[in-house]
Amino acid sequence: MKKTAWQEFSKGIIKENPVLRLVLGTCATLALSTSASNAIGMGLATTFVLICSNAVISLLRKVIPDKVRIPCYITLIAGFVTIVQMIIKAYLPSLNDALGIYLPLIVVNCIILGRAEMFANKHSVLPSVLDALGMGVGFTTALLAMGIIRELLGAGTVFGFPITAGFIDPIIIFLLPPGGFFVFGMLIALANKLAENKGQKPAELGCQGCPLAASCSKLAENKKECAEK
Amino acid sequence: MIKSLVAIFLAAILTENYILNKFLGICPFLGVSKKLDTATGMSIAVTFVMVISTAVTWPIYTYVLEPHGLAYLQTIVFILIIAALVQFIEIVLKKYIPSLYNALGVYLPLITTNCAVLGVTMLVIEKGQSDPGFGYIQSLVNAFGSGIGFLVAMVIFAGIRERIEHNDIPKSLQGLPITLVAASLTAVSFLGFQGLVEGMLG
Repeated sequence: MKKTAWQEFSKGIIKENPVLRLVLGTCATLALSTSASNAIGMGLATTFVLICSNAVISLLRKVIPDKVRIPCYITLIAGFVTIVQMIIKAYLPSLNDALGIYLPLIVVNCIILGRAEMFANKHSVLPSVLDALGMGVGFTTALLAMGIIRELLGAGTVFGFPITAGFIDPIIIFLLPPGGFFVFGMLIALANKLAENKGQKPAELGCQGCPLAASCSKLAENKKECAEK
Repeated sequence: MIKSLVAIFLAAILTENYILNKFLGICPFLGVSKKLDTATGMSIAVTFVMVISTAVTWPIYTYVLEPHGLAYLQTIVFILIIAALVQFIEIVLKKYIPSLYNALGVYLPLITTNCAVLGVTMLVIEKGQSDPGFGYIQSLVNAFGSGIGFLVAMVIFAGIRERIEHNDIPKSLQGLPITLVAASLTAVSFLGFQGLVEGMLG
């Protein structure tokens, strides 16, 4: 069944949201959702890399030999990440400081390699770009939702504007690592609940989203788990 | 000297734990921590690759990239070195130490895109830039400590998860959400180590 352009784009936002449904890119989600502005910055940087890498990989899908495709993808992605790093360093130095080590780590964000492996190397350029755009928007939205919740509870502000000052004291632990895990867990529970009402399976950290599923099938028990799904 | 190395080692395990404090390597933490033996195998493989990659990337950055003004290539060069090294280790182990390969080999391909490995190689460079006393030996100790910290977090968490399996959990929290809540509580306990290393050896 051929999907329309709109379906290609919109599936990434809710139905196959990379963070809440496919559980990809958890490291970046947990680390950079301490404030809404960090979340937006990280979301946009990742979206940019995702669109570029999906476009180029789908253009080169017939050129890249199948056996060395993962190293090729990683090199391409690393190139785009370097471009983003240089742009952000030059024009948004404060964002560069806030993102820190997590900016170069976009290279190993499973969303990007995952979409390259699952989508871009099987489809032509236009659907790949739309898919990347949708996934990017989905990632940014989920990150922003977490960023707003954590910033509101942890610092009493949203985008730096005081909201709860005076009547609720900030709960600092929401800005610390435990708060990240907790809020993420609650959001996934909520997404599972909503998906269940629509008759979908709960989110799972499974093989369907993992870009390395092909190479890790050697893990015997993993193989069994993958076969079950 | 020894004292500062011990401080770096302990800090890497407890206060700067990669999983519970820096959120690096969450995928294996949630994915492979279901059973104790896979969790241990995975973390030993990660520690191994962390130390060897740091041993290779640090000199390349300091003596090749930095003096020639190529520091901006860090991301590309590091990820390629790690990918090549992992392949290389896999081939060498398969040929010469089959028993070790059987124990760790299955985890190696998964480690190439593990953010903890790329993270440690980049963080030691960053630390070296802000503190000139943080050299090659310190970087290696930090990488080893980070790997052990990863192991500690994985093993503790595998134990917790084996307990959770048989509990009565509300339906929408089953699976991933309750795992994350448990991770959150584990992270709270690691917050308790804040300031411990400075207090003990400072």
